[in-house]
Amino acid sequence: MKLLVSPAPHIKAPVSTQGIMAVVIAALMPCVIAATWIFGLNVLLLCAISVASCVVFELLSELIAKRRLTVSDLSAVVTGLILALNLPPTASWWMVVVGSAVAILLVKQLFGGIGCNFLNPALTARAILLVSWPARMNNFVLDGVSQATPLASSGAVSSASVVPATTLDLFIGNIPGSMGEVCKIAILLGLVLLLVTRVVSWHVPLSFIASFMLFAWIFGYDPLRAVLSGGVLFGAVFMATDYVTNPMTRKGQLVFGVGCGLLVAVIRRFGTYPEGVTYAILIMNIFTPLIDRFMRPRVYGEVKNHA
Amino acid sequence: MPRTFRGGVHPLHSSHEGKPLSSGSAIRELIPSSVVIPVGMHLGAPSTPCVQKGDRVLLGQTIATPNGFLGVPVHASVSGTVIAVEPRQQLKGHPEDCIVIENDGLDEAVPFTPAGTVESVSPADIINAVRQAGICGMGGAAFPSAVKLAVPEGKKAEIVIINGAECEPYLTCDHRVMLEQPLRIVSGLRLLLKAANVQKGVIAIESNKPDCVVSIKAASMNYPEITVLTLPTKYPQGGEKQLIEVVTGKQVPQKKLPIDVGALVFNVQTAAAVSDAVLLGKPLYSRITTVTGAVAQPSNFLVRVGTQFGDAIEAAGGYKGEPKKIISGGPMTGFACPSDEVSITKAGGGILVYDEAMSREDVELACIRCGKCVNACPIGLMPYQIKFDAEKELWDAAQKHNAMDCIACGICSYSCPAKRHLTQAIKLAKDQIAAKQKR
Repeated sequence: MKLLVSPAPHIKAPVSTQGIMAVVIAALMPCVIAATWIFGLNVLLLCAISVASCVVFELLSELIAKRRLTVSDLSAVVTGLILALNLPPTASWWMVVVGSAVAILLVKQLFGGIGCNFLNPALTARAILLVSWPARMNNFVLDGVSQATPLASSGAVSSASVVPATTLDLFIGNIPGSMGEVCKIAILLGLVLLLVTRVVSWHVPLSFIASFMLFAWIFGYDPLRAVLSGGVLFGAVFMATDYVTNPMTRKGQLVFGVGCGLLVAVIRRFGTYPEGVTYAILIMNIFTPLIDRFMRPRVYGEVKNHA
Repeated sequence: MPRTFRGGVHPLHSSHEGKPLSSGSAIRELIPSSVVIPVGMHLGAPSTPCVQKGDRVLLGQTIATPNGFLGVPVHASVSGTVIAVEPRQQLKGHPEDCIVIENDGLDEAVPFTPAGTVESVSPADIINAVRQAGICGMGGAAFPSAVKLAVPEGKKAEIVIINGAECEPYLTCDHRVMLEQPLRIVSGLRLLLKAANVQKGVIAIESNKPDCVVSIKAASMNYPEITVLTLPTKYPQGGEKQLIEVVTGKQVPQKKLPIDVGALVFNVQTAAAVSDAVLLGKPLYSRITTVTGAVAQPSNFLVRVGTQFGDAIEAAGGYKGEPKKIISGGPMTGFACPSDEVSITKAGGGILVYDEAMSREDVELACIRCGKCVNACPIGLMPYQIKFDAEKELWDAAQKHNAMDCIACGICSYSCPAKRHLTQAIKLAKDQIAAKQKR
């Protein structure tokens, strides 16, 4: 009789990295569908290019570095989808490829692959594209007409000719903007799936959104319109919740979410950019190791050492 | 809402923790043709054999004498002839001294002398009977019960908790004892209360065993000092520290013992053994053990200590399919056995057989920092962090991250989606830290 001797525990929960990523992909589907509905089939093409190039870059870099191939964990697919949904529907295919290279090669693989990156790959890629090709990244089109986003047009420089979007338009996504961020119904559907499957807990999205609405209100915005404009919801649901770059403990996640919300409000109110979600989350990503250091759970029977 | 502890998980939720396999099987006695009794079944130094090859021994006769403060005597679990006193491979890394007895089937016993009745016996006599009977914790840790009962000077026990949680999936032996033999447990608790001079006893049972709650309540209703508590089904509800917190609301301070918060915890079968030792004068030579998993008839047996796993599995109808893994204990904390020629010890609550499909091992992947281990850890550790420390052999860092507080419940490895061997890494860190402290 040949027996397997292995350490306890001898049962494992029915969860896997791949399964978690599959749920995230499923949760992103409403956003993909809504964006296709609003902006046309070009959305699907951009998503496909983004996913394909992320997967190829991951495969190539792991082959070159002779690392274990991790494409099957689906994390590169998630990065590809989130990156595409962070771009305007007018983005060129080569911008998507450059973004994928930044996300996978620079941010993820150079730092050691899945779990080792300290910044969100898709968001960093978006930030780099934003500073490299600002005009292209802000070329928003709705119904064939180039427009400023509601956020940009609500600023001081808005032209009087633009009709402000109604709150309903903001909610259903009948507005210009990045592909994934416009339709709030789709994002909320995704959030429900993430919460029900317990892939994501409520701590980050809720603290992010609540803190943003609070500070937006303090800074004199209409909190509801503010939260429905721009990428706050998409960021709070799909990007701030990235396991790798947010804190490990519930307490830490609350701090992280509140920080994100505050920073978005501050950037929108005082910054030169109309939108601040990307930078807010990236800045909080950088604080994550610090938060993890101080927001430890209390150990059972912990004795405070006053010596 | 009942009090609860931090973290925890609910393994095999959809299949009722795997317990229905054997929970309906009434206790049957299993008498093997020979027994292999290790002399080191308890925590503490192994006992010294006091019989030789060729000796005839009687049931209940002392065959190994205790050594040191944590010593526990060992008794013959059958009558018959000693055919070997030699090292045999058990569950530890090296062979252990064992006394092998061929059963003559007569069950000729040494005279058993009861110490008295619950009312008449003195606390000192109870503790003495427990010591003579060789009783150690039967829930798994095998800590000598007489040592636990001898409360040190300056400390006061306030509550005795009988652990009937049986939170390990698959195991049902404690379930059957509570259901079929509640009086043994209740009189055991009354004796323990008397021995420790305590007025408050609690029998704690997980909510997945409502039949046990009924039987224990019925058996204890005449004793106002005894309370029966139903606890939510959540692993590790039966962990000593978790149980104390849930029952008393107090946490055992780091590096302290349960007695420091006035609590003494005993497994249900330990309590039953105390009852047998005092009221019947019977030493601990048998226990109830579950044989389950990939066997033809999952069962609960009254087994003699030293029964070979193979004999117990045969009594349960034999293997169902090709066995791939045999676990001593439950699936969360049990030990995988090198063969089926290992012995059921005083603390051996279960034999769990896995076939090929159940033994599937997943490849360990990179940590994705999902935080599941942190949220599930009942102690409040950050297991992923200690695993990183262990991989880099940073034992000081592991110590700073409270590795020594780990209770090895297995929850971190269980909940990890990347299938990382977290519990194993923390165990390694604990061993390394302990070795360094000894130096």
